[in-house]
Amino acid sequence: MADDVLFDHALRLGDDALVMGQRLSEWCGHAPMLEVDLALANIALDLLGQATHFLNLAGEIEGKGRDADALAFHRDVLDFRNCLLVEQPNGDFAQTIARQFLFSNWQELLMREIAAAPEPRLAAIGAKAVKEIAYHAKFASEWVVRLGDGTAESRTRMIAGLEWMWRFVDELFDPMDGAPSRRGEWDARINRTLTEAGLELPKPRRGAMGGRAGHHSEHLGHLLTEMQFLQRAYPGATW
Amino acid sequence: MYTTELKDKDQKAAAVSLADEDPEKLAAFEARVAADDFIEPKDWMPEAYRKTLVRQISQHAHSEIVGMLPEGNWITRAPNLRRKAILLAKVQDEGGHGLYLYAAAETLGTSREEMIDALHSGKAKYSTIFNYPTLTWADIGAIGWLVDGAAIMNQVPLQRTSYGPYARAMVRICKEESFHQRQGYEIMSVLAAGTAEQKRMAQDALNRWWWPSLMMFGPPDDKSPNTAQSVRWRIKRETNDELRQRFVDVTVPQAEAIGLRVPDPALTWNDERGSYDFGAIDWEEFYAVVRGEGPVAKERTQARVKAWEDGAWVREAAVAHASKRALKMAAE
Amino acid sequence: MTNANWPLWEVFVRAKNGLSHKHAGSVHAADARMAIEAARDVYTRRMEGVSLWVVPSSAIVASDPKEAADLFEPAADKVYRHPTFYTIPEGVKNI
Repeated sequence: MADDVLFDHALRLGDDALVMGQRLSEWCGHAPMLEVDLALANIALDLLGQATHFLNLAGEIEGKGRDADALAFHRDVLDFRNCLLVEQPNGDFAQTIARQFLFSNWQELLMREIAAAPEPRLAAIGAKAVKEIAYHAKFASEWVVRLGDGTAESRTRMIAGLEWMWRFVDELFDPMDGAPSRRGEWDARINRTLTEAGLELPKPRRGAMGGRAGHHSEHLGHLLTEMQFLQRAYPGATW
Repeated sequence: MYTTELKDKDQKAAAVSLADEDPEKLAAFEARVAADDFIEPKDWMPEAYRKTLVRQISQHAHSEIVGMLPEGNWITRAPNLRRKAILLAKVQDEGGHGLYLYAAAETLGTSREEMIDALHSGKAKYSTIFNYPTLTWADIGAIGWLVDGAAIMNQVPLQRTSYGPYARAMVRICKEESFHQRQGYEIMSVLAAGTAEQKRMAQDALNRWWWPSLMMFGPPDDKSPNTAQSVRWRIKRETNDELRQRFVDVTVPQAEAIGLRVPDPALTWNDERGSYDFGAIDWEEFYAVVRGEGPVAKERTQARVKAWEDGAWVREAAVAHASKRALKMAAE
Repeated sequence: MTNANWPLWEVFVRAKNGLSHKHAGSVHAADARMAIEAARDVYTRRMEGVSLWVVPSSAIVASDPKEAADLFEPAADKVYRHPTFYTIPEGVKNI
C-alpha cells in the first residue's frame, strides 16, 4: 500500500473510533440504569483506545511529527474522515443502540479483514480491536431485540432509531474501502437480529455520503467544537 | 468518592427505638461488634443499626452517582486522548462504586429503586461537595486530588467496618480508587508547571475546592452527637475532626510541592501538636449546602431525575422482553 | 406502567483457571444474558476474571444464622480429622 493510501486508511479507522467513542462518552452518568452506564463507558473506552492506536499510526506514516492528539484536536471538519453514521447524535437510548448496532456489526467485519491484512502495523491493532468490537456488536444486537420485542413504546422508538440511522448505511460500503464484498454478510447479520426483534428491515433510501471526503453532517462541527475546546483556547499548552 | 454522614428525619426515631430492643440480643450483638466480629445480612441486628447503615450506605452510594456529574461535565472536553480515557474510566469507577454500595445496602432489605426514589424526592442526602460546579479543567484535577483524597481518608478505615457487605464493598472501592487521587494530583502538577494561564486555573481551582473539601468530613465533633454510637458500632472508625486534621496535614505539603498556595491565611504549623492549625470553617455555608442550597444542587438533582425518568421505558422494555421470552421458552 | 425493576443477580468470578468461582458482588439485570454482560462490565474491568457465574439472588438458599451453632459447632471437637492430631515417631519421613 502506498503511504498516502495507508495514511488515509488509518485516518478513517481512527476517526470512526474517535467520533463514536466521543459520542458514547456523552452518556456517562446519564444512562437508563447503572449497569448500562458502565457498559457504555466500557465500549467508549475500547473505541478511544482504538482511535489512539490508529491515529498514532496515521501520524507515523505521514511522517510530519503529528501524533494522535495532534490529529484529533487540531483538524477541522473537512479533514475528518469518519463515516457520517458515527457522528449522529445520541438521541434516546434506542437511537444510540441503532447506531451502535449498525456500526459495530460493520466494524467487526472490517476489523477481521484488517487483522488478517498484510500491513503488519494495521493488522496488530486490528487483531486486538476485533475482540472488543465483537462484544460491542453482541451487546447492541441484544438490545435491538429487547427494545424491538419489549413494549409498544420501545418498539416505536427502536423503529425510529433505525429510521434515523438508515440513510448512513450505504456509505459504510463505499468502494473506496474495497468494502462492497462485506455487504452480504452484514445484511445477513442485521436481518437475523431484526427478525429476532420482530422488526422489519427499513426501506431502502438514497444514502447520505461524503464523510470519507470530509463532507460531514452539521453535527460533527459541534462535536469538534466541544472536544477541541481546550487545545484551541490554549494553543501550545501541555496537559 | 464518599459522603459525610448527614442527618435526616429518620435519625431521631432510630435512636429512640434502641430502648425497645431485646436487651439480651442487644448485649450479644454489641459484644460481637466490640470483638471486631463482622455482622452479616441474616444476623440479628438492632433496628437502629439497620436504619443507620441503610442511611449511611445509601448516602454514600448517592454521592458516588451524583459525583459522576461534576466530573462527567468535562469528559467530552478533556484536553487530550490520554486524559479523556483516564477521566472516563474514573467516572465509570464512581458509577461502579455506587453500584457496589447500593448492592450492600440492598442486603439490609431496602431496594435500589427505593433508595433512588429517596434521592430524587430530596429525602436522602448526598455529599455536599458535588453541589459545587466544575468551571475549568483544573477543577477535574482539584476533585481528584482533594475530594478523592478526603474520600480515601474516610474510606480506608471503613474497610473494617462492622457490617460485612459494606466492608467488602469498601475493600473493592479502596483498591479501585487508588489511581483516582494520583491522576488528579498529576493534572494539578502539570497545570501548576504550565503556562501562566494554566497556573492561574490551578490556583483558582484550589481556592474554590479547599474549604468545601474540609467540609466533606462533616460537622465538628461537638456538633455531631451521633459519632459516639457510630464509632462504637464500627460504622464509623474515626471522628470527623480527627480525619479532617489528618487530611490537612498530608495535603498542605502536597500543595507546596507543586507551588500552589492553600487559601487559608490562618494556616500555620504547630510544632507542639505536630500538626497544622487552620482557619475557621464556614459552617453556615455547609449547613446551607446540606439543606440543598448549594450552587448547582438543582442541576444535579434535575440531571439524576431526568436520566432515571428518560430510562424508564428502557427498563420496562427489558423486563417485558424477558417475560415474553420466558413464556415462549416454557411453551416450547 | 409495567414493573420496570430488574431482578438482582449474584456474581461469581473465577480469577484464573485452577481456582474456583468466588462471590464478587451483585448486579441488576432483566435477563440472564444481560446479567452475564453486566457482571463482565462491572466486575472484570481490571482483568479480575476468566469466567463468570450469575445466579438469581432469589435462587440462593442460605443457612439460618440461628442454626449456626447446631450446624457448625459439632465439628469443633473432631480433632482426629486433622493430620496434626497424630503422633509419628521422630525421624519417620514422607508421611
